Amino acid sequence: MIEIDRITKVYGDTTVVDAVSMTVDTGTITAIVGTSGSGKTTLLRMINRLVEPSSGEVRINGEPTRDTAPHLLRRRIGYAIQGHGLFPHHTVARNIAAVPRLLGWPRYRIAARVDELLGLFGLDPAEFRDRYPQDLSGGQQQRVGVARALASRPDLLLMDEPFGALDPIIRARAQQDLRAIQQKLGSTIMIVTHDMDEAMSLGDRVGVMDGGRLVQYAPPQEIVARPATPFVAEMVGEAERPLRFLSLIPLRDLVEPGEAEGAPLSDAASLRDALSACLRSGRDAVPVTRDGAPMGRVTLAALRREAARCP
Amino acid sequence: MPVSYGTLLRAGLALLLLALVLWPQGFAPVFAPFAPEGGPVIYTRASLLSLSLGHLGLVAVATLASTVVAVLLAILVTRPAGAAFRPLSRTLTNVGQTFPPVAVLALAVPVLGFGTGPTLVALFLYGLLPIFENAMTALSTLPPRTMEAARGIGLNRWQQLWQVELPLAAPVMLAGIRLSAVIGLGTATIGSTVAARTLGEVIIAGLLTSNTAFVLQGGLIVGLFAVLIYDALVQLERRLTPGRPRPA
Repeated sequence: MIEIDRITKVYGDTTVVDAVSMTVDTGTITAIVGTSGSGKTTLLRMINRLVEPSSGEVRINGEPTRDTAPHLLRRRIGYAIQGHGLFPHHTVARNIAAVPRLLGWPRYRIAARVDELLGLFGLDPAEFRDRYPQDLSGGQQQRVGVARALASRPDLLLMDEPFGALDPIIRARAQQDLRAIQQKLGSTIMIVTHDMDEAMSLGDRVGVMDGGRLVQYAPPQEIVARPATPFVAEMVGEAERPLRFLSLIPLRDLVEPGEAEGAPLSDAASLRDALSACLRSGRDAVPVTRDGAPMGRVTLAALRREAARCP
Repeated sequence: MPVSYGTLLRAGLALLLLALVLWPQGFAPVFAPFAPEGGPVIYTRASLLSLSLGHLGLVAVATLASTVVAVLLAILVTRPAGAAFRPLSRTLTNVGQTFPPVAVLALAVPVLGFGTGPTLVALFLYGLLPIFENAMTALSTLPPRTMEAARGIGLNRWQQLWQVELPLAAPVMLAGIRLSAVIGLGTATIGSTVAARTLGEVIIAGLLTSNTAFVLQGGLIVGLFAVLIYDALVQLERRLTPGRPRPA
Protein backbone atom coordinates (compact mmCIF):
# COMPACT_ATOMS: atom_id res chain seq x y z
CA MET A 1 0.00 0.00 0.00
CA ILE A 2 1.26 3.46 -0.92
CA GLU A 3 0.18 6.32 1.31
CA ILE A 4 0.69 9.87 0.12
CA ASP A 5 0.24 12.22 3.02
CA ARG A 6 -0.29 15.95 2.43
CA ILE A 7 2.59 16.10 -0.01
CA THR A 8 3.45 19.59 -1.25
CA LYS A 9 5.95 21.11 -3.66
CA VAL A 10 6.64 24.83 -3.73
CA TYR A 11 8.94 26.48 -6.29
CA GLY A 12 9.50 30.10 -5.24
CA ASP A 13 6.01 31.59 -4.97
CA THR A 14 4.32 28.85 -6.96
CA THR A 15 2.73 25.88 -5.28
CA VAL A 16 2.99 23.15 -7.91
CA VAL A 17 1.52 20.37 -5.81
CA ASP A 18 -0.72 21.45 -2.96
CA ALA A 19 -1.19 19.11 0.01
CA VAL A 20 -2.17 16.04 -1.99
CA SER A 21 -3.17 12.99 0.02
CA MET A 22 -4.13 9.65 -1.46
CA THR A 23 -3.85 5.95 -0.79
CA VAL A 24 -3.03 3.43 -3.47
CA ASP A 25 -3.90 -0.19 -2.76
CA THR A 26 -1.45 -2.95 -3.57
CA GLY A 27 -2.14 -4.65 -6.87
CA THR A 28 -4.17 -1.82 -8.41
CA ILE A 29 -3.65 0.74 -11.14
CA THR A 30 -4.12 4.37 -10.21
CA ALA A 31 -4.29 6.87 -13.05
CA ILE A 32 -3.47 10.51 -12.36
CA VAL A 33 -4.99 12.72 -15.01
CA GLY A 34 -4.80 16.45 -15.54
CA THR A 35 -3.86 19.17 -18.01
CA SER A 36 -0.22 20.20 -18.42
CA GLY A 37 0.87 22.27 -15.46
CA SER A 38 -1.59 20.56 -13.13
CA GLY A 39 1.27 19.12 -11.06
CA LYS A 40 0.62 15.49 -11.96
CA THR A 41 4.17 14.74 -13.11
CA THR A 42 5.66 16.54 -10.10
CA LEU A 43 3.42 14.46 -7.85
CA LEU A 44 4.72 11.27 -9.47
CA ARG A 45 8.34 12.39 -9.32
CA MET A 46 8.04 13.14 -5.62
CA ILE A 47 7.17 9.51 -4.96
CA ASN A 48 10.59 8.26 -6.11
CA ARG A 49 12.21 11.50 -4.96
CA LEU A 50 13.36 12.69 -8.36
CA VAL A 51 11.78 15.81 -6.90
CA GLU A 52 12.13 16.35 -3.15
CA PRO A 53 8.81 17.29 -1.52
CA SER A 54 8.68 20.65 0.26
CA SER A 55 6.52 19.05 2.93
CA GLY A 56 4.45 15.98 3.56
CA GLU A 57 5.54 12.38 3.20
CA VAL A 58 5.07 9.22 1.18
CA ARG A 59 4.96 5.80 2.82
CA ILE A 60 5.42 2.57 0.93
CA ASN A 61 4.07 -0.36 2.95
CA GLY A 62 4.20 1.89 6.01
CA GLU A 63 7.84 2.90 5.53
CA PRO A 64 8.48 6.62 4.87
CA THR A 65 10.41 7.08 1.62
CA ARG A 66 12.64 9.70 3.16
CA ASP A 67 14.25 7.04 5.37
CA THR A 68 16.01 5.55 2.32
CA ALA A 69 18.74 7.16 0.19
CA PRO A 70 17.10 8.36 -3.06
CA HIS A 71 19.05 6.07 -5.42
CA LEU A 72 18.36 3.03 -3.23
CA LEU A 73 14.68 3.96 -3.01
CA ARG A 74 14.47 4.24 -6.80
CA ARG A 75 15.81 0.70 -7.26
CA ARG A 76 12.69 -0.50 -5.44
CA ILE A 77 10.35 1.61 -7.57
CA GLY A 78 9.97 0.95 -11.27
CA TYR A 79 10.05 4.01 -13.50
CA ALA A 80 8.90 4.18 -17.11
CA ILE A 81 8.70 7.42 -19.07
CA GLN A 82 7.47 8.74 -22.37
CA GLY A 83 9.92 7.95 -25.15
CA HIS A 84 11.23 5.02 -23.03
CA GLY A 85 14.67 6.52 -22.12
CA LEU A 86 16.49 3.30 -22.94
CA PHE A 87 20.29 3.28 -22.86
CA PRO A 88 21.30 3.43 -26.53
CA HIS A 89 24.72 1.88 -25.86
CA HIS A 90 23.31 -1.22 -24.17
CA THR A 91 21.52 -4.18 -25.71
CA VAL A 92 17.87 -4.88 -24.95
CA ALA A 93 18.91 -7.54 -22.43
CA ARG A 94 21.36 -5.23 -20.69
CA ASN A 95 18.73 -2.47 -20.56
CA ILE A 96 16.20 -4.75 -18.91
CA ALA A 97 18.89 -6.07 -16.58
CA ALA A 98 19.85 -2.57 -15.40
CA VAL A 99 18.17 -2.64 -11.98
CA PRO A 100 18.80 -6.34 -11.18
CA ARG A 101 22.49 -5.66 -11.92
CA LEU A 102 22.45 -2.71 -9.54
CA LEU A 103 20.87 -4.95 -6.93
CA GLY A 104 23.62 -7.53 -7.47
CA TRP A 105 21.45 -10.40 -8.65
CA PRO A 106 23.43 -13.48 -9.75
CA ARG A 107 23.97 -13.66 -13.50
CA TYR A 108 21.81 -16.74 -14.17
CA ARG A 109 18.89 -15.16 -12.34
CA ILE A 110 19.19 -11.95 -14.36
CA ALA A 111 19.32 -13.87 -17.65
CA ALA A 112 16.23 -15.88 -16.69
CA ARG A 113 14.35 -12.74 -15.66
CA VAL A 114 15.23 -10.94 -18.91
CA ASP A 115 13.93 -13.83 -21.00
CA GLU A 116 10.81 -14.11 -18.86
CA LEU A 117 9.99 -10.42 -19.31
CA LEU A 118 10.71 -10.42 -23.04
CA GLY A 119 8.33 -13.36 -23.38
CA LEU A 120 5.71 -11.62 -21.28
CA PHE A 121 5.85 -8.59 -23.58
CA GLY A 122 5.58 -10.70 -26.70
CA LEU A 123 9.20 -10.22 -27.79
CA ASP A 124 11.04 -13.42 -28.71
CA PRO A 125 14.08 -13.52 -26.37
CA ALA A 126 16.34 -15.21 -28.92
CA GLU A 127 15.57 -12.53 -31.47
CA PHE A 128 15.54 -9.41 -29.31
CA ARG A 129 17.97 -10.05 -26.45
CA ASP A 130 21.07 -8.83 -28.28
CA ARG A 131 19.54 -6.04 -30.36
CA TYR A 132 20.09 -2.37 -29.66
CA PRO A 133 17.21 0.00 -28.82
CA GLN A 134 17.49 1.95 -32.08
CA ASP A 135 16.92 -1.25 -34.05
CA LEU A 136 13.41 -1.62 -32.53
CA SER A 137 10.11 -0.02 -33.48
CA GLY A 138 8.56 2.61 -31.21
CA GLY A 139 6.13 0.09 -29.73
CA GLN A 140 8.89 -2.42 -29.07
CA GLN A 141 11.10 0.21 -27.44
CA GLN A 142 8.23 1.22 -25.20
CA ARG A 143 7.66 -2.41 -24.16
CA VAL A 144 11.34 -2.82 -23.35
CA GLY A 145 11.11 0.39 -21.30
CA VAL A 146 8.25 -1.04 -19.23
CA ALA A 147 10.02 -4.42 -18.97
CA ARG A 148 13.09 -2.63 -17.58
CA ALA A 149 10.89 -0.87 -15.02
CA LEU A 150 9.39 -4.19 -13.90
CA ALA A 151 12.63 -6.20 -13.93
CA SER A 152 13.35 -6.29 -10.21
CA ARG A 153 9.70 -6.91 -9.22
CA PRO A 154 9.39 -3.43 -7.70
CA ASP A 155 6.94 -2.59 -4.91
CA LEU A 156 5.51 0.08 -7.17
CA LEU A 157 5.71 1.03 -10.84
CA LEU A 158 5.55 4.71 -11.74
CA MET A 159 4.72 5.58 -15.34
CA ASP A 160 4.87 9.10 -16.75
CA GLU A 161 2.90 9.29 -20.00
CA PRO A 162 4.45 5.95 -21.01
CA PHE A 163 2.39 5.68 -24.17
CA GLY A 164 2.59 9.36 -25.13
CA ALA A 165 4.93 8.79 -28.08
CA LEU A 166 2.96 5.94 -29.64
CA ASP A 167 0.41 6.13 -32.44
CA PRO A 168 -3.23 5.43 -31.48
CA ILE A 169 -3.35 1.80 -32.63
CA ILE A 170 -0.09 0.73 -30.97
CA ARG A 171 -1.14 2.76 -27.98
CA ALA A 172 -4.40 0.86 -27.49
CA ARG A 173 -2.48 -2.41 -27.75
CA ALA A 174 0.10 -1.21 -25.22
CA GLN A 175 -2.68 -0.30 -22.77
CA GLN A 176 -4.28 -3.73 -23.10
CA ASP A 177 -0.90 -5.41 -22.65
CA LEU A 178 -0.18 -3.35 -19.56
CA ARG A 179 -3.53 -4.31 -18.06
CA ALA A 180 -2.93 -7.99 -18.78
CA ILE A 181 0.60 -7.94 -17.39
CA GLN A 182 -0.48 -6.03 -14.31
CA GLN A 183 -3.16 -8.62 -13.59
CA LYS A 184 -0.71 -11.46 -14.15
CA LEU A 185 2.00 -10.00 -11.92
CA GLY A 186 -0.27 -8.23 -9.41
CA SER A 187 1.83 -5.07 -9.72
CA THR A 188 0.91 -1.78 -8.12
CA ILE A 189 1.02 0.94 -10.76
CA MET A 190 0.65 4.70 -10.75
CA ILE A 191 0.34 6.17 -14.21
CA VAL A 192 0.26 9.83 -15.18
CA THR A 193 -1.60 10.83 -18.33
CA HIS A 194 -3.34 13.81 -19.85
CA ASP A 195 -5.74 11.50 -21.66
CA MET A 196 -9.00 10.86 -19.79
CA ASP A 197 -9.78 7.85 -22.01
CA GLU A 198 -6.49 6.25 -21.05
CA ALA A 199 -7.08 7.03 -17.37
CA MET A 200 -10.59 5.55 -17.50
CA SER A 201 -9.62 2.40 -19.33
CA LEU A 202 -6.52 1.65 -17.24
CA GLY A 203 -7.29 3.00 -13.78
CA ASP A 204 -8.94 1.05 -10.99
CA ARG A 205 -9.07 4.51 -9.48
CA VAL A 206 -8.60 7.83 -11.21
CA GLY A 207 -7.18 10.94 -9.57
CA VAL A 208 -7.91 14.24 -11.29
CA MET A 209 -5.37 17.02 -10.69
CA ASP A 210 -6.18 20.68 -11.26
CA GLY A 211 -3.87 23.55 -10.33
CA GLY A 212 -1.75 21.40 -8.01
CA ARG A 213 -4.72 19.99 -6.10
CA LEU A 214 -6.23 16.55 -6.26
CA VAL A 215 -9.83 17.53 -6.97
CA GLN A 216 -11.31 14.05 -7.19
CA TYR A 217 -9.99 10.59 -6.47
CA ALA A 218 -12.46 7.83 -7.18
CA PRO A 219 -13.21 4.79 -9.34
CA PRO A 220 -13.88 5.70 -13.01
CA GLN A 221 -17.64 5.03 -12.70
CA GLU A 222 -17.92 7.59 -9.94
CA ILE A 223 -15.82 10.17 -11.82
CA VAL A 224 -18.24 9.90 -14.73
CA ALA A 225 -21.39 9.71 -12.65
CA ARG A 226 -20.55 12.39 -10.11
CA PRO A 227 -17.77 14.75 -11.24
CA ALA A 228 -16.68 16.65 -8.14
CA THR A 229 -15.96 19.96 -9.87
CA PRO A 230 -16.83 21.63 -13.20
CA PHE A 231 -13.22 20.96 -14.22
CA VAL A 232 -13.63 17.20 -13.75
CA ALA A 233 -16.86 17.34 -15.72
CA GLU A 234 -15.02 19.16 -18.48
CA MET A 235 -12.23 16.55 -18.47
CA VAL A 236 -14.82 13.79 -18.75
CA GLY A 237 -16.57 15.64 -21.57
CA GLU A 238 -20.13 16.69 -20.69
CA ALA A 239 -21.72 15.57 -23.97
CA GLU A 240 -20.07 12.16 -23.86
CA ARG A 241 -20.84 11.33 -20.25
CA PRO A 242 -23.65 8.83 -20.90
CA LEU A 243 -21.45 6.97 -23.38
CA ARG A 244 -18.48 6.94 -21.04
CA PHE A 245 -20.78 5.70 -18.31
CA LEU A 246 -21.95 2.83 -20.49
CA SER A 247 -18.41 2.00 -21.54
CA LEU A 248 -17.45 1.30 -17.91
CA ILE A 249 -20.16 -1.34 -17.29
CA PRO A 250 -19.73 -4.92 -18.57
CA LEU A 251 -22.65 -6.68 -20.26
CA ARG A 252 -22.74 -9.33 -17.55
CA ASP A 253 -24.21 -6.72 -15.17
CA LEU A 254 -27.24 -6.09 -17.37
CA VAL A 255 -27.84 -9.44 -19.05
CA GLU A 256 -31.43 -10.75 -18.87
CA PRO A 257 -32.87 -14.10 -19.91
CA GLY A 258 -34.16 -14.30 -23.44
CA GLU A 259 -33.19 -14.69 -27.08
CA ALA A 260 -31.92 -12.17 -29.61
CA GLU A 261 -30.98 -12.19 -33.27
CA GLY A 262 -27.59 -11.58 -34.81
CA ALA A 263 -23.95 -11.80 -33.79
CA PRO A 264 -23.41 -12.28 -30.03
CA LEU A 265 -21.15 -10.22 -27.75
CA SER A 266 -19.00 -11.52 -24.90
CA ASP A 267 -20.23 -10.83 -21.37
CA ALA A 268 -17.02 -8.84 -20.75
CA ALA A 269 -17.82 -6.35 -23.52
CA SER A 270 -19.16 -2.99 -22.36
CA LEU A 271 -22.70 -1.63 -22.60
CA ARG A 272 -21.30 0.92 -25.04
CA ASP A 273 -20.23 -1.92 -27.34
CA ALA A 274 -23.76 -3.33 -27.13
CA LEU A 275 -25.31 0.06 -27.92
CA SER A 276 -23.02 0.43 -30.88
CA ALA A 277 -23.89 -3.08 -32.11
CA CYS A 278 -27.63 -2.33 -31.80
CA LEU A 279 -27.34 0.94 -33.69
CA ARG A 280 -25.21 -0.51 -36.43
CA SER A 281 -27.40 -3.49 -37.17
CA GLY A 282 -30.75 -1.87 -36.34
CA ARG A 283 -31.50 -4.50 -33.66
CA ASP A 284 -33.41 -3.92 -30.39
CA ALA A 285 -31.35 -6.52 -28.48
CA VAL A 286 -28.03 -8.39 -28.73
CA PRO A 287 -27.32 -11.94 -27.54
CA VAL A 288 -24.67 -12.31 -24.84
CA THR A 289 -22.39 -15.30 -24.45
CA ARG A 290 -19.99 -16.35 -21.75
CA ASP A 291 -17.01 -18.36 -23.00
CA GLY A 292 -18.99 -19.00 -26.19
CA ALA A 293 -22.09 -20.40 -24.42
CA PRO A 294 -25.35 -18.40 -24.68
CA MET A 295 -26.10 -16.45 -21.51
CA GLY A 296 -29.08 -14.28 -22.41
CA ARG A 297 -29.53 -10.89 -24.02
CA VAL A 298 -29.18 -7.16 -23.46
CA THR A 299 -31.95 -4.96 -24.82
CA LEU A 300 -31.82 -1.41 -26.12
CA ALA A 301 -34.47 -0.45 -23.60
CA ALA A 302 -32.30 -1.71 -20.75
CA LEU A 303 -29.34 0.23 -22.15
CA ARG A 304 -31.45 3.37 -22.23
CA ARG A 305 -32.62 2.84 -18.65
CA GLU A 306 -29.03 2.28 -17.52
CA ALA A 307 -27.76 5.38 -19.32
CA ALA A 308 -30.49 7.44 -17.66
CA ARG A 309 -29.07 6.46 -14.25
CA CYS A 310 -26.01 8.55 -15.06
CA PRO A 311 -26.82 11.76 -13.23
CA MET B 1 36.10 -11.79 -46.13
CA PRO B 2 36.74 -9.51 -49.09
CA VAL B 3 39.59 -7.06 -48.52
CA SER B 4 38.31 -3.52 -48.90
CA TYR B 5 40.05 -0.76 -50.80
CA GLY B 6 40.52 1.11 -47.48
CA THR B 7 42.32 -1.81 -45.87
CA LEU B 8 44.69 -2.13 -48.84
CA LEU B 9 45.47 1.58 -48.81
CA ARG B 10 46.04 1.49 -45.07
CA ALA B 11 48.43 -1.46 -45.37
CA GLY B 12 50.26 0.21 -48.27
CA LEU B 13 50.79 3.45 -46.38
CA ALA B 14 51.94 1.58 -43.27
CA LEU B 15 54.51 -0.39 -45.32
CA LEU B 16 55.75 2.79 -46.99
CA LEU B 17 56.14 4.42 -43.57
CA LEU B 18 58.02 1.42 -42.16
CA ALA B 19 60.35 1.41 -45.16
CA LEU B 20 61.02 5.16 -44.87
CA VAL B 21 61.90 4.82 -41.18
CA LEU B 22 63.84 1.53 -41.20
CA TRP B 23 65.51 1.57 -44.63
CA PRO B 24 65.91 5.21 -45.64
CA GLN B 25 68.91 4.46 -47.96
CA GLY B 26 66.54 2.64 -50.26
CA PHE B 27 64.83 5.94 -51.08
CA ALA B 28 68.02 7.73 -52.10
CA PRO B 29 67.16 7.64 -55.81
CA VAL B 30 63.74 9.16 -55.07
CA PHE B 31 65.06 12.06 -52.99
CA ALA B 32 68.29 12.62 -54.95
CA PRO B 33 66.80 15.21 -57.36
CA PHE B 34 65.91 17.43 -54.37
CA ALA B 35 69.33 17.33 -52.70
CA PRO B 36 71.95 20.04 -53.42
CA GLU B 37 74.82 19.16 -55.78
CA GLY B 38 77.17 16.72 -54.01
CA GLY B 39 75.26 17.10 -50.72
CA PRO B 40 73.83 14.19 -48.66
CA VAL B 41 70.47 12.81 -49.83
CA ILE B 42 69.50 10.79 -46.78
CA TYR B 43 69.60 12.09 -43.19
CA THR B 44 72.11 9.98 -41.28
CA ARG B 45 73.07 12.08 -38.26
CA ALA B 46 70.55 10.18 -36.13
CA SER B 47 68.56 7.01 -36.59
CA LEU B 48 65.14 7.81 -38.03
CA LEU B 49 63.69 5.06 -35.89
CA SER B 50 64.84 6.64 -32.65
CA LEU B 51 63.64 10.07 -33.83
CA SER B 52 60.25 8.57 -34.74
CA LEU B 53 59.91 6.86 -31.38
CA GLY B 54 60.91 10.06 -29.58
CA HIS B 55 58.40 12.04 -31.64
CA LEU B 56 55.54 9.61 -31.06
CA GLY B 57 56.35 9.26 -27.36
CA LEU B 58 56.34 13.00 -26.89
CA VAL B 59 52.99 13.40 -28.64
CA ALA B 60 51.52 10.42 -26.77
CA VAL B 61 52.53 11.73 -23.36
CA ALA B 62 51.34 15.27 -24.16
CA THR B 63 48.02 14.10 -25.60
CA LEU B 64 47.46 11.78 -22.66
CA ALA B 65 48.09 14.61 -20.22
CA SER B 66 45.80 16.96 -22.17
CA THR B 67 43.12 14.27 -22.23
CA VAL B 68 43.26 13.62 -18.50
CA VAL B 69 43.16 17.32 -17.61
CA ALA B 70 40.60 18.37 -20.24
CA VAL B 71 38.21 15.46 -19.58
CA LEU B 72 38.38 15.92 -15.82
CA LEU B 73 37.73 19.63 -16.29
CA ALA B 74 34.81 18.93 -18.62
CA ILE B 75 33.31 16.46 -16.14
CA LEU B 76 33.71 19.01 -13.37
CA VAL B 77 32.04 21.89 -15.21
CA THR B 78 29.13 19.75 -16.40
CA ARG B 79 28.18 18.83 -12.78
CA PRO B 80 25.64 21.17 -11.18
CA ALA B 81 28.22 22.19 -8.57
CA GLY B 82 30.87 23.03 -11.19
CA ALA B 83 28.72 24.95 -13.66
CA ALA B 84 29.99 28.25 -12.29
CA PHE B 85 33.52 27.38 -13.47
CA ARG B 86 32.50 26.77 -17.05
CA PRO B 87 33.29 30.26 -18.46
CA LEU B 88 36.62 30.36 -16.60
CA SER B 89 37.76 26.97 -17.84
CA ARG B 90 36.72 27.83 -21.38
CA THR B 91 38.82 30.97 -21.21
CA LEU B 92 41.82 29.05 -19.87
CA THR B 93 41.73 26.37 -22.55
CA ASN B 94 41.18 29.02 -25.22
CA VAL B 95 44.27 30.87 -24.08
CA GLY B 96 46.17 27.57 -24.26
CA GLN B 97 45.12 27.30 -27.90
CA THR B 98 45.71 30.90 -28.98
CA PHE B 99 49.17 31.06 -27.46
CA PRO B 100 51.49 30.03 -30.32
CA PRO B 101 53.54 26.93 -29.43
CA VAL B 102 56.70 28.76 -30.53
CA ALA B 103 56.04 31.43 -27.92
CA VAL B 104 55.42 28.76 -25.30
CA LEU B 105 58.75 27.16 -26.20
CA ALA B 106 60.53 30.50 -25.91
CA LEU B 107 58.97 31.19 -22.53
CA ALA B 108 59.43 27.68 -21.18
CA VAL B 109 63.09 27.21 -22.06
CA PRO B 110 64.42 29.57 -19.37
CA VAL B 111 62.39 27.69 -16.77
CA LEU B 112 62.65 24.08 -17.96
CA GLY B 113 65.89 24.25 -19.96
CA PHE B 114 66.46 22.83 -23.43
CA GLY B 115 65.09 19.41 -24.42
CA THR B 116 61.83 17.61 -24.08
CA GLY B 117 60.31 19.63 -21.20
CA PRO B 118 59.30 22.85 -23.01
CA THR B 119 57.96 20.91 -26.01
CA LEU B 120 55.83 18.77 -23.74
CA VAL B 121 54.38 21.88 -22.09
CA ALA B 122 53.63 23.52 -25.46
CA LEU B 123 51.95 20.41 -26.86
CA PHE B 124 49.99 19.88 -23.67
CA LEU B 125 48.61 23.43 -23.65
CA TYR B 126 47.90 23.36 -27.35
CA GLY B 127 46.01 20.08 -27.08
CA LEU B 128 43.69 21.06 -24.23
CA LEU B 129 41.08 23.05 -26.13
CA PRO B 130 39.81 20.54 -28.72
CA ILE B 131 39.49 17.81 -26.11
CA PHE B 132 37.87 20.06 -23.53
CA GLU B 133 35.36 21.62 -25.94
CA ASN B 134 34.34 18.27 -27.38
CA ALA B 135 34.06 16.60 -23.99
CA MET B 136 32.02 19.47 -22.61
CA THR B 137 29.68 19.53 -25.59
CA ALA B 138 29.27 15.75 -25.47
CA LEU B 139 28.55 15.70 -21.74
CA SER B 140 26.07 18.58 -21.85
CA THR B 141 24.05 17.34 -24.84
CA LEU B 142 23.29 13.79 -23.71
CA PRO B 143 19.74 12.60 -24.50
CA PRO B 144 17.66 14.03 -21.62
CA ARG B 145 15.26 11.08 -21.43
CA THR B 146 18.10 8.62 -21.10
CA MET B 147 19.56 10.69 -18.28
CA GLU B 148 16.14 10.97 -16.62
CA ALA B 149 15.79 7.20 -16.84
CA ALA B 150 19.30 6.69 -15.46
CA ARG B 151 18.39 8.70 -12.37
CA GLY B 152 14.91 7.24 -12.19
CA ILE B 153 15.98 3.61 -12.06
CA GLY B 154 18.41 4.29 -9.24
CA LEU B 155 21.92 4.85 -10.59
CA ASN B 156 23.91 7.00 -8.20
CA ARG B 157 25.98 9.89 -9.54
CA TRP B 158 29.13 7.85 -10.13
CA GLN B 159 27.19 5.12 -11.84
CA GLN B 160 25.45 7.70 -14.03
CA LEU B 161 28.84 9.09 -15.01
CA TRP B 162 30.60 5.76 -15.59
CA GLN B 163 27.82 3.68 -17.01
CA VAL B 164 25.88 6.22 -19.04
CA GLU B 165 27.46 9.65 -19.50
CA LEU B 166 31.04 8.69 -20.37
CA PRO B 167 30.16 5.80 -22.71
CA LEU B 168 27.65 7.98 -24.56
CA ALA B 169 30.06 10.91 -24.74
CA ALA B 170 33.05 8.75 -25.73
CA PRO B 171 32.83 9.05 -29.54
CA VAL B 172 32.66 12.85 -29.48
CA MET B 173 35.39 13.05 -26.85
CA LEU B 174 37.56 10.77 -28.92
CA ALA B 175 37.10 13.06 -31.93
CA GLY B 176 38.61 15.85 -29.82
CA ILE B 177 41.51 13.61 -28.75
CA ARG B 178 42.10 12.71 -32.39
CA LEU B 179 42.25 16.35 -33.38
CA SER B 180 44.69 17.09 -30.57
CA ALA B 181 46.91 14.12 -31.41
CA VAL B 182 47.14 15.06 -35.08
CA ILE B 183 47.83 18.74 -34.36
CA GLY B 184 50.40 17.54 -31.82
CA LEU B 185 52.17 15.34 -34.38
CA GLY B 186 52.69 18.35 -36.62
CA THR B 187 53.50 20.79 -33.85
CA ALA B 188 56.05 18.48 -32.22
CA THR B 189 58.42 19.11 -35.14
CA ILE B 190 59.19 22.60 -33.85
CA GLY B 191 60.34 20.96 -30.60
CA SER B 192 63.63 20.31 -32.38
CA THR B 193 64.41 24.03 -32.20
CA VAL B 194 64.85 23.58 -28.46
CA ALA B 195 66.67 20.26 -28.83
CA ALA B 196 63.82 17.85 -28.27
CA ARG B 197 64.42 14.59 -30.10
CA THR B 198 61.71 14.66 -32.77
CA LEU B 199 61.45 14.19 -36.52
CA GLY B 200 61.56 17.99 -36.75
CA GLU B 201 65.34 17.54 -36.53
CA VAL B 202 65.38 16.17 -40.09
CA ILE B 203 63.22 19.00 -41.43
CA ILE B 204 65.16 21.73 -39.66
CA ALA B 205 68.49 20.27 -40.77
CA GLY B 206 67.13 20.43 -44.32
CA LEU B 207 65.99 24.04 -43.91
CA LEU B 208 69.36 25.13 -42.44
CA THR B 209 71.36 23.54 -45.24
CA SER B 210 68.85 24.29 -48.03
CA ASN B 211 68.50 20.53 -48.50
CA THR B 212 64.95 19.94 -49.75
CA ALA B 213 65.51 16.18 -49.68
CA PHE B 214 65.77 16.25 -45.85
CA VAL B 215 62.68 18.44 -45.59
CA LEU B 216 60.70 16.07 -47.77
CA GLN B 217 61.95 13.02 -45.94
CA GLY B 218 61.04 14.36 -42.50
CA GLY B 219 57.76 15.86 -43.67
CA LEU B 220 56.69 12.66 -45.39
CA ILE B 221 57.31 10.53 -42.30
CA VAL B 222 55.44 12.95 -40.01
CA GLY B 223 52.60 13.20 -42.51
CA LEU B 224 52.24 9.44 -42.83
CA PHE B 225 52.20 9.03 -39.05
CA ALA B 226 49.48 11.68 -38.84
CA VAL B 227 47.33 10.06 -41.53
CA LEU B 228 47.62 6.56 -40.06
CA ILE B 229 47.00 7.63 -36.47
CA TYR B 230 44.03 9.75 -37.54
CA ASP B 231 42.61 6.76 -39.38
CA ALA B 232 43.15 4.40 -36.44
CA LEU B 233 41.34 6.78 -34.10
CA VAL B 234 38.43 7.14 -36.54
CA GLN B 235 38.13 3.33 -36.53
CA LEU B 236 38.11 3.34 -32.74
CA GLU B 237 35.38 6.00 -32.65
CA ARG B 238 33.21 3.95 -34.96
CA ARG B 239 33.53 1.01 -32.63
CA LEU B 240 32.59 3.09 -29.63
CA THR B 241 29.54 4.66 -31.25
CA PRO B 242 26.56 3.40 -29.24
CA GLY B 243 24.32 0.77 -30.66
CA ARG B 244 26.72 -0.66 -33.17
CA PRO B 245 27.37 -4.28 -32.34
CA ARG B 246 31.05 -4.74 -31.64
CA PRO B 247 32.68 -7.00 -34.21
CA ALA B 248 33.44 -10.35 -32.61
